[in-house]
Amino acid sequence: MAVSEESQQKRRDERVREIGFVHQVLRRPEFGAAAGCVLVLLFFALFAGDSGLFSARGTVNFLEVSAQLGILAVAVCLLMIGGEFDLSLGSMIAFAGVIIAIPSTVLGWPIWTCVLLAFAAAVIVGYVNGWLVVKTGLPSFIVTLATLFVLRGITLGLTRLITGRTQIPGIKELTEGDWLAPLFAGQFGGSVLVWLADQGLIDKRPDGLPTVQGIPVSILWWLGLTAVATWILLQTRFGNWIFTVGGDANAARNVGVPVAKVKIRLFIMSACAATLFAAIQVLSVGSADTSRGLQKEFEAIIAVVIGGTLLTGGYGSAIGAMFGALIFGVVQMGIFFTGIDTDWFKAFMGAMLLAAVLFNNYVRKKASEAR
Amino acid sequence: MAPLIELRDVSKHFGTVIALNGVSFAVRAGEVHCLLGDNGAGKSTLIKILSGVHAPTTGEIRLQDRPVQFASPRDALDHGIATVYQDLATVPLMSVARNFFAGREPVVGWGPFKRMDWPLIERVTREEMAHMGIDVRDPGQPVGTLSGGERQCLAIARAVYFGAKVLILDEPTSALGVHQAAVVLRLIVQARARGLGVIFITHNVHHAFPVADTITLLNRGRSLGTFAKDEIRRERVVEMMAGGRDLVDLEAELAALRRNGATLQ
Repeated sequence: MAVSEESQQKRRDERVREIGFVHQVLRRPEFGAAAGCVLVLLFFALFAGDSGLFSARGTVNFLEVSAQLGILAVAVCLLMIGGEFDLSLGSMIAFAGVIIAIPSTVLGWPIWTCVLLAFAAAVIVGYVNGWLVVKTGLPSFIVTLATLFVLRGITLGLTRLITGRTQIPGIKELTEGDWLAPLFAGQFGGSVLVWLADQGLIDKRPDGLPTVQGIPVSILWWLGLTAVATWILLQTRFGNWIFTVGGDANAARNVGVPVAKVKIRLFIMSACAATLFAAIQVLSVGSADTSRGLQKEFEAIIAVVIGGTLLTGGYGSAIGAMFGALIFGVVQMGIFFTGIDTDWFKAFMGAMLLAAVLFNNYVRKKASEAR
Repeated sequence: MAPLIELRDVSKHFGTVIALNGVSFAVRAGEVHCLLGDNGAGKSTLIKILSGVHAPTTGEIRLQDRPVQFASPRDALDHGIATVYQDLATVPLMSVARNFFAGREPVVGWGPFKRMDWPLIERVTREEMAHMGIDVRDPGQPVGTLSGGERQCLAIARAVYFGAKVLILDEPTSALGVHQAAVVLRLIVQARARGLGVIFITHNVHHAFPVADTITLLNRGRSLGTFAKDEIRRERVVEMMAGGRDLVDLEAELAALRRNGATLQ
């Protein structure tokens, strides 16, 4: 009896290894988002294939939308794996935008100093968020809901006090000749696009130039940050700490992980991502606005959750968040290009979020079940 | 041979509450010391003092005959005192290997390219778990897929690997079934065979007796004495833990109930 049980055990082990590959792919947190991405792309290829969504122009459009959200989503992903939320993200975008705009337009500071100032402010805001969460032990949901309003209020108050209005235009001219600005508002790949157009692979305008003359640098930021975050999560000690802290803060403390330090750092990263988003937007659009970034915190959370990260922390993937943001961009631009009323977009994203959460819960149950 | 760890007349007060009152005992290498006590006996306070969460109000802790004061749980850990908590030891969603090295990840490389030494991590995890008699099929599998006993095993294997000299086990068997509890008891015996001092905290006499060398009984914050296992019988221990009188009262009450039941019928 004992012998047959043992041999059965061994056979089962071997079978687990045999189906290993498919099993492993299915078990990856980003699997759902990658599959969703393919579905969404297929859907629009079938129903909007000739609408221009997949032309050079359309592709760059949806990639840019995805990239801007994706930059936020990467940081939010790490924070959520670490078990926390940052609802002040959207307010931080407006706050950082105003910090870039006011000194440059009112005081005549060079753009690069204003951008650095905004990042310094982000470090402080992130630190305060993290410190409050760690010290008070309150849910970050509440703490950052408070900073959401505080930051938005300060942004509005300061801007109106100094400029008398809520919009600050005229930044485009100031970026010219600034050494740091191209890092946020630049484009790249122009010559490649010309070559592609010459080969007939992408459309040309009547004047012979390709319809798209450069790829926004935000796309590089998006891919680069996703790669760095993935490296952090999978390969570094800090990544292991993020998983431990989010999985069980008490267990983390018991094994000697510096829980407070990890959480504060994650909040700082989230505020810095918001500032990067703000810098890209302000410098490429050329104006700041106190109402920028509204609801971006929720969009980022949706992208991250679609990407397979658990709302409860301890599990997730930056690559998943990238796919989540890509789905967001494709659907948003796809609905626009197909001529469906864009009002439907939000309903679709809400439904998508619900489906993703249900799917994630199922995956988590599978992962924590005894085999 | 000096004891690995010794408590001398340790008391702990929380405001007006006297949680522990003058408790003393010592644990030697290769010895399993059971702390037996009912709920509220002061077991958790004692664990927190041993693991550096609380400092004793009076009395002292001595490690190999030198008095020490633990600044933090990490400090106690660095002194070789490892505590395995009942359910707060591992993160279920993380892999076995990630859990094993959580907080002490070995790294290779330089500067920003410093990375976890995955080959070492996976090899050590597999080896150390095998030492404890558990064959980890895949160090990448989530801890949630392990059984309760295997999770305790992971926590113990980890403590031993990182140089624990004294292992404090907080109710490691209380949430487990009979078979899993037996697995954990076997681990305790293995840890003893490796020359560790084990402090095994439990309220289950039947788990304490098979593995204990010495037993300290706690009741309402006081020590009722330390006994070598052969000095004392199980029934006597149960009686002392429950405070003796309680059981007598209970029997009288039950007898009364039976009588009433009889008259009702």
